[in-house]
Amino acid sequence: MKSLKFLLVGIFFGIVLVKSEAVSWYRIYEMFQFQSFHMYGIIGSAIAVGILGVWLIKRSHLKSVDGQAIDIPPKDKSIPRYLLGGTIFGLGWALAGACPGPMYILVGTGVLSMLLVIVGAMLGTFFYGLIKDNLPH
Amino acid sequence: MEYILQPWPWYVSGPLIALVMLALIYFGKTFGMSGNLRTLCTLGGADRFASFFKFDWKAELWNLTVVLGAVIGGFIAVHYLSDGSVIDLNPTTVEDLNSLGFENAGASLLPPELYDWSSVLTPKGLLILIGGGFLVGFGTRYAGGCTSGHAITGLSNLQWPSLVAVIGFFIGGLFMVHILYPLIFGA
Repeated sequence: MKSLKFLLVGIFFGIVLVKSEAVSWYRIYEMFQFQSFHMYGIIGSAIAVGILGVWLIKRSHLKSVDGQAIDIPPKDKSIPRYLLGGTIFGLGWALAGACPGPMYILVGTGVLSMLLVIVGAMLGTFFYGLIKDNLPH
Repeated sequence: MEYILQPWPWYVSGPLIALVMLALIYFGKTFGMSGNLRTLCTLGGADRFASFFKFDWKAELWNLTVVLGAVIGGFIAVHYLSDGSVIDLNPTTVEDLNSLGFENAGASLLPPELYDWSSVLTPKGLLILIGGGFLVGFGTRYAGGCTSGHAITGLSNLQWPSLVAVIGFFIGGLFMVHILYPLIFGA
């Protein structure tokens, strides 16, 4: 049951994101209006604990669960790719109020119309795959 | 139990999200939810149209398993771990949204004005959901990650490309909410 641990991580992730209200369209709107610290606190404290955890993992040369050296792949060096891609994502995030994690989680909460957003996201991914060689990276 | 049923404060939720990321690193993977969209495209046959979708999708099944878990987690959280609390939004936010035509902001996770079928099944409503999703799917793949891959994982690993991407997220988000919302939702 090697995949059971991934299922459990996913269940935990889904519960945390609902209970934190980070899946709420309203919270995303409020964040982009700078009218609450809530979302900044979530993302900020996640990064703070994340920095500490990643540093400890690297420092202790921790091996992964199947004995491999842990390696977090570096990202390609580029500005246009991240700035343009990030901006396009931000437009969609603020409009639909959901990023790729919450999209799935919200389907689980019973919002089946979210499936249309997922279909849209798959179309967007497909379109990127078609034209990616013509984009500045 | 009472504390579990109430909404969780940011200082509990944020570190727990970091725990998800660290667990996946310990399992020899990385936290990134948008990559699943590419896998789903390949499963749908997109590899016949673009080489971007020709990859070993079986190596990504672990991540689809996380997605399946996330759906189940969403179900559990709403049905067994909630006391029906209203989202405690800033009253100014509630007022602003009211003037844009969104009533009872915070009474549910998502605005019925966008996600109820009566709104979805109008040309405008359909365009907003599919268009919003399209921008998310296109943008994340172009930027090589979303909130989980860049904002959480990338920044935790002090990777500057992720900081550029997060700046982009905010340029797009701020432009949408401040400039485009009044045009889309204003009278």
